[in-house]
Amino acid sequence: MGTGGIAAGGDLVMEEFTKQFEAAGIENAKVKEKCRLHKVGCRGFCARDVLVDITVDGEVSTYQYIQPDMVSRLVQDHVIGGRPVNEWLVGDDYHTFHDNQTKIVLGDLGKIDPESIDEYLAVDGYKAAEKALTTMTPAEIIATVKESGLRGRGGGGFPTGLKWSFCAANKSDQYYIICNADEGDPGAFMDRSVIEGNPHAVIEGMIIGAYAIGASIGYVYIRAEYPLAVDRLHKALQDAKEKGYLGNKLFGTDFNFKIKVKLGAGAFVCGEETALIASIEGERGMPRAKPPFPANKGLWGKPTIINNVETFANLPHIFNKGAAWYASIGSEKSKGTKVIALTGKIRNTGLIEVPMGMPLKDIIFKVGGGIEGDRLFKAVQTGGPSGGCIPQQHIDLPVDYEGLASVGSMMGSGGMVVLDETDCMVNISKFFLEFTQSESCGKCVPCRIGTKRLLEILTRITEGEGKEGDIQLLQELAEDVRDSSLCGLGMSAPNPVISTIKYFRHEYEAHIKNKKCPAKVCNKLLTFFIRDDMCVGCGMCLRACPVNAVAGEKKLPHKIDNNLCIQCGSCFDACKFSAVLKE
Amino acid sequence: MDKQMTETLEAIYDKCAANEDNIITVLQEIQSKIGYIQEEAVNWFAERTNIPPSKFYGVVTFYSQFHQNPRGKNIVTVCCGTVCHVKGAPRIISKVREDLKLKADQDTTRDMLFTLERVNCVGACSIAPVVLVNEKVLGKVTPSKIVKSLSEYKGKP
Repeated sequence: MGTGGIAAGGDLVMEEFTKQFEAAGIENAKVKEKCRLHKVGCRGFCARDVLVDITVDGEVSTYQYIQPDMVSRLVQDHVIGGRPVNEWLVGDDYHTFHDNQTKIVLGDLGKIDPESIDEYLAVDGYKAAEKALTTMTPAEIIATVKESGLRGRGGGGFPTGLKWSFCAANKSDQYYIICNADEGDPGAFMDRSVIEGNPHAVIEGMIIGAYAIGASIGYVYIRAEYPLAVDRLHKALQDAKEKGYLGNKLFGTDFNFKIKVKLGAGAFVCGEETALIASIEGERGMPRAKPPFPANKGLWGKPTIINNVETFANLPHIFNKGAAWYASIGSEKSKGTKVIALTGKIRNTGLIEVPMGMPLKDIIFKVGGGIEGDRLFKAVQTGGPSGGCIPQQHIDLPVDYEGLASVGSMMGSGGMVVLDETDCMVNISKFFLEFTQSESCGKCVPCRIGTKRLLEILTRITEGEGKEGDIQLLQELAEDVRDSSLCGLGMSAPNPVISTIKYFRHEYEAHIKNKKCPAKVCNKLLTFFIRDDMCVGCGMCLRACPVNAVAGEKKLPHKIDNNLCIQCGSCFDACKFSAVLKE
Repeated sequence: MDKQMTETLEAIYDKCAANEDNIITVLQEIQSKIGYIQEEAVNWFAERTNIPPSKFYGVVTFYSQFHQNPRGKNIVTVCCGTVCHVKGAPRIISKVREDLKLKADQDTTRDMLFTLERVNCVGACSIAPVVLVNEKVLGKVTPSKIVKSLSEYKGKP
């Protein structure tokens, strides 16, 4: 039950099960013994929510799309009667979805109750921290992390061990460690799911990191838009404190460590390290020039390490199973696995974890099950607003830091949005520019004004006002913004523009020269009309039209007056008979 | 300023002072207790803490979470993440605007029953497009579905 599961009715299904068990099990203790109602985190396969596991005598059956009114039959037939309800069981694609993944960070998600520290302890929880603190020196810990090849999962992919060693090399009376859970990329929900599903793993990772650099205070900077994750994190911190995993003299050593939670206030730029630090200090979240890097001069001027949620969640596994084991997974330069939020026009949307270097086509067509509605694959957008679009011709690309960078995109935090033939690439590029332009903090000129100009040009192209030379102007301006901005936001903001021009130049040209949108998305370039043979004259479009451009007698085919039409698309949305067409 | 307000602010001050909290936390507390960032409240805090009000406003205007105007009883938040965008969030926004009779520069209805807001991403992309009505998450929303959902909140002042 993550946010998706709850929205899909997960809590109602739970309630219904409890009720049914009580009703059936008052006299019959056997039913209760057999069944354990488990409140688990995200199962990853969000598109099939609500998922329910029923275990009878060790035999697990998984059901999909379960709603509260279906519960009584499950209880009667399967739990009491012992006959699984076959038509509600998950199909083969549930298994291809899971079988092609390698789960390390997500391994315990969906198995343990995120609100119970005992369940985390039962899967070797806090063993790695204990081992690190009681048997290893900080230098040995850093060496182990270096050896594992773990790289920062927040976007840049900087080697984690190296970052720690830079920080530890400073002489200071105070060090800080920060967990960056300000997951601002639209289309990404890895960090939310990990904190909602296994918050203790992140805390344990932070303890190991804190010990390695000598930090006695840690912060989790988390988005306020994730209320469930914030609640579960608070609960986990409280439980860890009560059990003595946080506080003074951890595991009998002289090491003290406490963690504070800071809620973000809604600013994408705060994912940038120096802006995040400014925000924790209570300032406007604006980045500053680097160097000095936070590892040398960070929070309140002290050496500070900032790592992403997923990076921390990897650490307990590295210390439990060894650096060599971790380094054996993945590709040559990118080790381990990557958690990816696979979304968009794809059959199996959800949270997945695959080894670094897996070909893009395997992710989309094996794990993802192909394109929704059997439409044609067009591109996949990775790395959120900082990344780029990867077209069909690069579908064999290995997904790791180097692979994605080689085609002008980036790993980012791991969002992957699949686009099909009905998506307009100019519109996508404009969407991301709208985002970065409004999130630009305004400190440096190239980003503040450059993104604004880029957006103006893109807007004019999508509205049919594009001019000869606009493509070249976009390219030049995009390069200037990329090369001269202060922080990562500005440097990467033009990526969507650069990559879509590179691979989908013909779509830009169609908008500018022919004043047509090939994917039929940009309304201003379309003509709306009604098919006589499909229209039943219900009048829905007539009522929906804000400018009275639709006319017609009741029960007779309607017509759109194209001189009055403002191409808003209301009639298209309103029609229940697919009689309104756009061209 | 009335007595109740002073008490509320005093309580926030005590809580934040005890935790050594920063301006952002103070403002988050004010907003959760009062509903929005009221000028009076900021001035009270500025005086109490000896921090200029401009410093508070610098923070208020920077972060999208802070609101300087009263908001409606029900908050309708439309997710505008990438996936929601390609799956039709813009159409949902225009439908909601139409249904709530919001003018172009307006986000709150005249009767203060609804405020329309956008959020960059709520991270529930697999059930896109997503709309939040207060705390309730609605998934796989269509323009007609959202109108139906909103009607449940109407007529109950």
